Amino acid sequence: MSIKVSFTLNGEAVSAHVASRTLLVEMIRERFGRTGTHVGCDTSQCGACVIHVDGRSVKSCTMLAAQADGTEIVTIEGVAQNGQLHPMQEAFREHHGLQCGFCTPGMIMSALDLVKQNPDPSEKEIREWLEGNLCRCTGYQNIVRAIAAGAEAMKTG
Amino acid sequence: MTENGFGAAVRRKEDYRFITGRGQYVDDINRPHQLYAHIIRSPIAHGKINKVEVDAAKAVSGVVAVLTGADMAADGIGGLPCAWGVNNKDGSPMVEPGHPPLATECVRYVGDQVAVVLAETRAIARDAAELVDVDFEELPAVADLESASADGAPLVWDDAKGNICFDWEIGDKSATDAAFASADQVVSIDIVNNRLIANAMEPRAAIGDYDVGRDEYTLYTTSQNPHVIRLLMGAFVMAIPEHKLRIIAPDVGGGFGSKICHYAEEAIVTWASRKVCRPVKWTADRSESFVSDAHGRDHITRGELAMSKDGDFLGLRVSTRANLGAYLSTFGPAVPTYLYATLLSGTYKTPAIYAEVKGMFTHTVPVDSYRGAGRPEASFLLERLIDKAAKETGTDPLELRRRNFIQPGDFPYQTPVALEYDTGDYDAAVVKAIELADYANFEKRRKESAARGKLRGVGISTYIEACGIAPSNVAGALGARAGLFEVGTVRVNPTGSVTVLTGSHSHGQGHETTFAQLVVEALGVDFDNVDIVHGDTAKVPFGMGTYGSRSAAVGGVALMNALEKIRTKAKKIAAHLLEASEGDIEFKDGQLSVAGTDRSVAFADVAMAAYVPHNYPLETLEPGLEETAFYDPKNFTFPAGCHICEVEVDPDTGFVEVVKFTAGDDFGRIINPMIVDGQVHGGVTQGIGQALYELCVYDDSGQLLTGSMMDYCLPKADNVPNFAVTTNVTPCTHNVLGVKGCGEAGAIGSPAAVINAILNALSDYNVDNLQMPATPERVWQAMQGNG
Repeated sequence: MSIKVSFTLNGEAVSAHVASRTLLVEMIRERFGRTGTHVGCDTSQCGACVIHVDGRSVKSCTMLAAQADGTEIVTIEGVAQNGQLHPMQEAFREHHGLQCGFCTPGMIMSALDLVKQNPDPSEKEIREWLEGNLCRCTGYQNIVRAIAAGAEAMKTG
Repeated sequence: MTENGFGAAVRRKEDYRFITGRGQYVDDINRPHQLYAHIIRSPIAHGKINKVEVDAAKAVSGVVAVLTGADMAADGIGGLPCAWGVNNKDGSPMVEPGHPPLATECVRYVGDQVAVVLAETRAIARDAAELVDVDFEELPAVADLESASADGAPLVWDDAKGNICFDWEIGDKSATDAAFASADQVVSIDIVNNRLIANAMEPRAAIGDYDVGRDEYTLYTTSQNPHVIRLLMGAFVMAIPEHKLRIIAPDVGGGFGSKICHYAEEAIVTWASRKVCRPVKWTADRSESFVSDAHGRDHITRGELAMSKDGDFLGLRVSTRANLGAYLSTFGPAVPTYLYATLLSGTYKTPAIYAEVKGMFTHTVPVDSYRGAGRPEASFLLERLIDKAAKETGTDPLELRRRNFIQPGDFPYQTPVALEYDTGDYDAAVVKAIELADYANFEKRRKESAARGKLRGVGISTYIEACGIAPSNVAGALGARAGLFEVGTVRVNPTGSVTVLTGSHSHGQGHETTFAQLVVEALGVDFDNVDIVHGDTAKVPFGMGTYGSRSAAVGGVALMNALEKIRTKAKKIAAHLLEASEGDIEFKDGQLSVAGTDRSVAFADVAMAAYVPHNYPLETLEPGLEETAFYDPKNFTFPAGCHICEVEVDPDTGFVEVVKFTAGDDFGRIINPMIVDGQVHGGVTQGIGQALYELCVYDDSGQLLTGSMMDYCLPKADNVPNFAVTTNVTPCTHNVLGVKGCGEAGAIGSPAAVINAILNALSDYNVDNLQMPATPERVWQAMQGNG
């Protein structure tokens, strides 16, 4: 069965007919070509697919496209504004918080939600928050540093 | 040091696209009119295929084809080749069974490919696959080394008696036996090196794209070494000549060895694309990765160390069984032999070493390289054995190690197991590590932990690894069926920007930055005017790819050699432009000057002169400014170091927390310390994963029980501490960069440090050995005397 799903994607109103079982991540990647949101597992463990739905971080592999009807969605492609990197993106580059880059979009989207809820997270709080985001390259140390620095920069920025 | 040159912690060029979601991984690529492939895999570990019934699936709307092993065989598609042959003790070759990309008569592990459905969408392909009826006659299976070794065990291959693929040895057996006969003390240990799954965050994917008009093939694939895939698949599987086969490995989301191998899916999508004349895309889901990516480690070993009464190492005797899985993966036989037993000398002067390794088949996923590939297994055995020896002889474990170190004056040092170490200073790394770790004050921290009810322990390991397997002729004599050189091309463009084509492949290592730093250093061009191109056989002349920490030590040196050719030619051109003799030209900071004068020309102007050769020595020099170098190293490089781990064990639960971890490493000269630190962090985390969390478990029937990220425990952010890392530099003596490699060291040195720390924490309990992963249950049971 095909259904019509409409939402706002990085500030742009979009709409498409998709099979009712379509996952949100599939719609974003395959219908709208925003391939920065990645799929790293089938079981909601890895967090490479984290996006924001109505301002909250969500694993888009675990949500049906239909559930996103009428929402506001932000993906990694929508984080930089007017060609300017977001301070959190800058922090990931500055602190070498990425290697292969595959987990990075999910990490950044997750980090932004953390800082929204807790503008001054401790290292322990950052590490606990990242329970739902796996990285196999960095050993997390520089991701944690990047998020702390990004949070700090967001205060002043 | 120039701002963006050798040794600077330059921020990475490649990051912008990754932090903005503009990376391009294989699954991000779509080709016009592509079909989606779903691969039907064996649900059983061993069985005869009686019939594959595909009609119902073919009838589904949107299904274009359902192809089987019989179809593939009818098209003359060959088996997946093994790229390293190992001989038995008597000189006879290993058993080398065929490996069809789609099984024809038999399946031999859960996940073995049986058929492929091609459909207009991924969902249709998946649904239709449910309708393919494979009639299996299930046969008994062996899922682990012990059951494969048992008398009368079911055979994976009829011609591999006792499931033995090879029975290999290295070292002088009689000299080693003599050392044991004369020893004052002998210590032995039994080790299970746990089976692991690499779990790069990006699942494997492949797109085959056949161009019928040109009779040309393009394969997009998640590979660490696209030219190797072209060689193996083109020559051995598909019979496609190189000029008709292009392999593109774009952004690749981590590899850790698991993306070295030539996989069945690469051949399947390429062949299927030709069959239906449409592009065919396959992307693994994570469940598929677990049953189809090559697994790692999986050894059972007995090791014995002979010592004098003073604690001098006299001999080492090692007997290992290594699980190869059901088929021979690309480098499967090399890992537990030449990449393992050759490292058993470690950092120590052990005069006699003998090792024998039985490579064994089981009904499991093929086993191949995983970060370190053989070297972590060697290091873990040695460092556990030495700690056990220290405990049994009442010696300080650090002093026992230091006493037996190969000393700086001993280099070049010929080990009894084939390698010749060029340089090193093992004690210097120890000194740096123990200082950074505040080792001297450990007892104070132990007491603090005890006051909180925790058992604190400290563990040390040292390691050595051999990187950049070389030279090619020696590797060939040892069984390698490929060369092990690397290739770099430097293309100076007319306006002076530089494009580098490298055969190394970056899937997280940051070559786009570090290789650009080498160009900045050599040519004085602006960092932003350098681009590093890799991962496309149509662009890069040739290459052997990235594995075994070889990119800087082999690929980087190839690039340096090409840069040196550019410098030489640029000086000739400048000499003409400046009307000076070539010998008087100095090339520094992007300027070519006549020594002792103020006459100079910018490098960019030299480049322009080379492409617009109006004022140019055309009689003696070709126009253009592009050079290629092939570099075949004289020897391996030998990074080494010392890892120190502190843990706290909860005596009530057996839960282990790594509370402090220090790495003192010698990687030779360092191009970018920020990137090197990151490699160490990641490697150590994988080593802690092996030591504490990760285990691939099959049940007796060969079903994989740890088949998802819910069941296979990967280290998370709150499972690891911050790492303290330091380096000591002894430059490699046989390459121009003095570099050794850093990618695998973290995973090699750390597991033994963790386990030694746990056993140190349990020193009041009667526990003398602990297998990995040291889960709370295992630790707690060991504390109860049930180890």
